[in-house]
Amino acid sequence: MQFKPIYFFILICTGFLVYSFSIYMYPPTSMNGLTNDEMTNAAEGKMVFQKYNCQSCHQIYNLGGYLGPDLTNCYSQEGKGELYIKAMVQSGTNQMPAFRLSEIEINALLQFFKAIDKTGSSDLRKFHIEPNGMIESNGK
Amino acid sequence: MENKQTNFAKLFFSTAMVVLFGAIIYGIWAAISYIYPGFLKTQLGFIALRPMHASAALFWILLGATAAVYEGLNYLFPNQINQKIAWTQWALWVIAIVGIFTSYFLGQFGGREYWEFNPYWALPIALAWLLFMFQFFSLIRKKRNWPVYMYMWMTGIIFFLFTFAEGYLWLFPYFRKELITDLTIQWKVNGSMVGSWNQILYGSSFYLMDRITGNEKVGQSKLAFAMYFLGFFNLCFNWGHHVYTLPTEPYIRYFGYVVSMTEWIIFIKIIYDWKADWQQATIHLYNIPYRFIMAANAWVFLNLFLALFMSIPAINLYTHGTHVTVAHSMGTTIGINTMIIFAMAFFAYEKNNPRDLKEKIWLRRFFWTMQISLLVFWLSLISAGIQKGFWQLEANKNAFGDMMLNLKPWFILFFISGITLGISISGVLFQLLKAQFAKPIKTSN
Ligand code: HEC
Ligand code: HEM
Ligand code: HEM
Repeated sequence: MQFKPIYFFILICTGFLVYSFSIYMYPPTSMNGLTNDEMTNAAEGKMVFQKYNCQSCHQIYNLGGYLGPDLTNCYSQEGKGELYIKAMVQSGTNQMPAFRLSEIEINALLQFFKAIDKTGSSDLRKFHIEPNGMIESNGK
Repeated sequence: MENKQTNFAKLFFSTAMVVLFGAIIYGIWAAISYIYPGFLKTQLGFIALRPMHASAALFWILLGATAAVYEGLNYLFPNQINQKIAWTQWALWVIAIVGIFTSYFLGQFGGREYWEFNPYWALPIALAWLLFMFQFFSLIRKKRNWPVYMYMWMTGIIFFLFTFAEGYLWLFPYFRKELITDLTIQWKVNGSMVGSWNQILYGSSFYLMDRITGNEKVGQSKLAFAMYFLGFFNLCFNWGHHVYTLPTEPYIRYFGYVVSMTEWIIFIKIIYDWKADWQQATIHLYNIPYRFIMAANAWVFLNLFLALFMSIPAINLYTHGTHVTVAHSMGTTIGINTMIIFAMAFFAYEKNNPRDLKEKIWLRRFFWTMQISLLVFWLSLISAGIQKGFWQLEANKNAFGDMMLNLKPWFILFFISGITLGISISGVLFQLLKAQFAKPIKTSN
């Protein structure tokens, strides 16, 4: 029998589609702490984050730009929180430009930070290494 | 016989080259912020330059990959390329590029990392790609028993379109609301999309080796197909290595980890074939496209070694979110992708202009300064990244700003090697540009 690469191709494509849809359909348990409203508001805030391109310098869960710090947990970190974030965004720093956000936008942004903070911690010190090389979070 | 058809390989190569030149200027400009924080931040600062640089780099690769496929199609199906479709495809790209860079310039964003423009501009790109796919399939269905590189082109073309569309799922509130799934999908897309253009470019490099060495049996061998399927499998399933610290379900991370580790096979194969490859290389070293392919192979070796380590979660803990990742992204996009596109471009122009490009002394110089600059560039980013990695895990870490200040010596090295890298790449571009406009040399037979 002749070797038909196209069958292999179709097989892998099918696996890929099944895997993709399983990811689209089953949210992880880390989202369980959020209500539907919180999720909707956070999604709005995420759009503000994108609109002002915060990701060019900042990371969420260590993914994003490299010029500024990770912001996953800035909402709950000691000495930070809502007022601090607001002040930072409005006045900027040496490196970071000052942004002129509307009141609605800034509130949405805060909702996003609040929600993403609830899903877990991006602090790498709060992970441990398993014998098989995988890392697991110790929680917040 | 006079050929009246437009040479679309050259059209797309020259467009890609303009974009690459932009990428270099924007990259150097963006890097100034590492040395002088806040450089031009109220006029045209890092916030605009980073997306300009990253998008231009990606467009260079995508246009270069398109050109490489046209180069192959032109040879395999002479005079059969549908001119109208190809011109429309090109025009859509030009519209997208002009629109996207204008909007960045005006400070209008709204997209995701690397694609930070308003989603509106994704439409012409998607349409252009759809036309490309149509063109490709209407030609290749005329052939039976495809060599492996045709499978690779097909895979890359289909999966680019799929991942590109998937990258816009966040436009639907259903996806946007699920913050963690949304981030998972974003990095699933990035991982698979890189895999897609790699399929096109590795396929092109395969095609090129066939043409240069005249050994067409290799493209039908079982081994070639086995390697293709390994790459394809990784394209589909290795992206879990981007999200080890994201609170996803564990199976996603484990699956990505296990699949990534299968690429050790490729790494071992490279070592195993080393001698034979070197012997081949000494025969063809005078050949400029071949030389760029050899450079790409060397960079595959170095980058794969780094990438395999980064894909082990215990090590990723130290490299994640640091400049080791940046070293990896630029190391691969420049060292591997860009070298292969250069090889294809020189191949396309060389036929036009054989003597002119063969023993160019400046080309050789730029080739070597490019390799050396890239090595320094890559190592300086890795060093900065490792230092930051240790900082991230310190129990009592000092402030972010202080840490960045400590990295400054590495950033200065990064900046200087970035400039010499930029000059070398521009030098090579200039040689290609000259070939583009040079009159074809008549070969007497
Ligand atoms: C040009 C790069 C850049 C951009 C764009 C940027 N930032 Fe920043 N941001 C920084 C830097 C750098 C710091 C750290 C300042 C320091 O440590 O001196 C920072 C600090 C912060 C902090 C304080 C973090 C902490 O843990 O102390 C917050 C909050 C913040 N930025 C929010 C934002 C938001 C929201 C946006 C988008 C509207 C944004 N930033 C856009 C560079 C940037
Ligand atoms: C030519 C081939 C490749 C290219 C162009 C490429 C490109 C990229 C890019 C652009 C990123 C994103 C960087 C970011 O987060 O900002 C990335 C991340 C990554 N890549 Fe690759 N890659 C290639 C091959 C590989 C291979 C073969 C592996 C593994 C075997 C790999 C492993 C990784 C890992 C682990 C990360 C995540 C780093 C992190 O965020 O911690 N890459 N790559
Ligand atoms: C062929 C040429 C180049 C290509 C294909 C390329 C590609 C890329 C890519 C894909 C990224 C995204 C990295 C990530 O998110 O991990 C990036 C970022 C960057 N590149 Fe390049 N690059 C090129 C040349 C240069 C040069 C010459 C410089 C000059 C110093 C440069 C400076 C930068 C800077 C400053 C960043 C941003 C890093 C950050 O986010 O802090 N690049 N490049």
